[in-house]
Amino acid sequence: MAYSNKVIDHYENPRNVGSLPKEDPNVGTGLVGAPECGDVMKLQVKVNPSTGVIDDAKFKTFGCGSAIASSSLATEWLKGKTVDEALAIKNTDIVTELSLPPVKIHCSVLAEDAIKAAIADYKKKQDTTAGKSADTHAQPTA
Amino acid sequence: MAVKLPIYMDYHATTPVDPRVVEAMLPYFTQHFGNAASRNHPFGWEAEEAVDKARKQVADLIGANAKEIVFTSGATESDNLAIKGAAEMYREKGNHIITCVTEHKAVIDTCKRLEKDGYRVTYLPVQKDGRISLDGLRAAISDKTILISIMTANNEIGVIQPIAEIGAIAKEKGILFHTDAVQAVGKIPFNVNDLKVDMASISAHKMYGPKGVGALYVRRRNPRVLLAPQIDGGGHERGMRSGTLNVTGIVGFGKAAELCRLEMVADTARLSALRDRLNARLHKGLDEIYINGSTEHRLPHNLNISFAYVEGESLLMGINDVAVSSGSACTSASLEPSYVLKALGAGDDLAHSSIRFGLGRWSTEEEVDYVADKLTNVVTRLREMSPLYELAKEGVDLSTMQWQTEGQH
Repeated sequence: MAYSNKVIDHYENPRNVGSLPKEDPNVGTGLVGAPECGDVMKLQVKVNPSTGVIDDAKFKTFGCGSAIASSSLATEWLKGKTVDEALAIKNTDIVTELSLPPVKIHCSVLAEDAIKAAIADYKKKQDTTAGKSADTHAQPTA
Repeated sequence: MAVKLPIYMDYHATTPVDPRVVEAMLPYFTQHFGNAASRNHPFGWEAEEAVDKARKQVADLIGANAKEIVFTSGATESDNLAIKGAAEMYREKGNHIITCVTEHKAVIDTCKRLEKDGYRVTYLPVQKDGRISLDGLRAAISDKTILISIMTANNEIGVIQPIAEIGAIAKEKGILFHTDAVQAVGKIPFNVNDLKVDMASISAHKMYGPKGVGALYVRRRNPRVLLAPQIDGGGHERGMRSGTLNVTGIVGFGKAAELCRLEMVADTARLSALRDRLNARLHKGLDEIYINGSTEHRLPHNLNISFAYVEGESLLMGINDVAVSSGSACTSASLEPSYVLKALGAGDDLAHSSIRFGLGRWSTEEEVDYVADKLTNVVTRLREMSPLYELAKEGVDLSTMQWQTEGQH
């Protein structure tokens, strides 16, 4: 299989590999895929609470070169975007940027899923934190 | 000494032609170009003589009589001829065939075709070590069973099946026994009489001969195996396989067989030492790597390892100056991981993480060391970016995790 130069570049010099603290209320974590399918992506975003802008993004991926490149590219794109802008990223944008062949489209789908999962996790945490502060005086339910 | 790149370590896929084989073949392209079936002039006689010599060379390698060798275009054709030919010929005796789940597609898909034609096929499972259970084989046999087809050595994991034991069972029950011996012949001792094999498929290009030529061994005595031809025509090869003989290829096949017979002991010793060196060096540099299949019953030049937490295709990308194969789905058109590794029950994730190393006549220590070191570096780097490795190091049991599978997965 011939890889595009961009895929090779991301594979050889992946951007933003690593992990952010999962427990941080401003960090959203998405873990998608399954080992038996050959792809697992973990993608994390750290959102600045005052601006709503994604300050940092990290990934770790188990998968083929195209999966690694898709998630690496996603973290690059996420940084500096608002949460809503991030949700507008489409898998087809990744396909175009990396020139992925048809058999690798699922890698871009997985990256889009990872973005959405990370942001959903962040939003859930925000809701819970907001809920907690509002409910400080409420009676705990059984 | 610097190694020459790229390195070829995929000898199960194919082998280069030995220069001595090429030399033997050359005169048969231009000088002795006759048709072996031309009985009335010297050009034909020369060609026939060359084919006869090669037939003897191939027969000698497997302890057969020259008359029992049917030349074909390769092992896929041999498998088709053996299985379809026997099924058709012995249809009145029964309609049941026994094979195994880790067979080459040339056997599996041939059996599937026969199932559509009303035959019944049992696909025996394999144990964790990749070998079939002999009790399982006995239990599968019925009075309708006409053929057992079990490969000698597997093309992915190099595991050698208990062929002599299977041969004895088949003989005892009066059932024909075919073996796809492509990966084994020329590499390990293989004698059709010791193993009680009735048919065996062989290929020249897996043993330093040319592509496009193979053979089917067909027993002539005890029992005399009859096959319905699958290609009709001039009645070549005792009527079992029509078509003008590929004289040049056959000459090369014969020479390759002779070289394998003479050099097998030395080659085996050298290659198993190299294979063990590769394995030891990888184990020294990396934890959580697993050999797929039996280490005891295994071809001397095969190593198949799963590198936990990293995916096979990304591994191959990191060692792109080394030619090996992976069981990863991403390297196959089907997006399915290796069915052979899945059959071992190791888990799909380990199937995706596997690499097959096939050593051969021109493999060197320097190459082995280069590959082991490079792979150690790549695996280490990929594990650093593997969420699975991170989770495992945190103590999470990956097998009990709930994974989100969406889209095409």
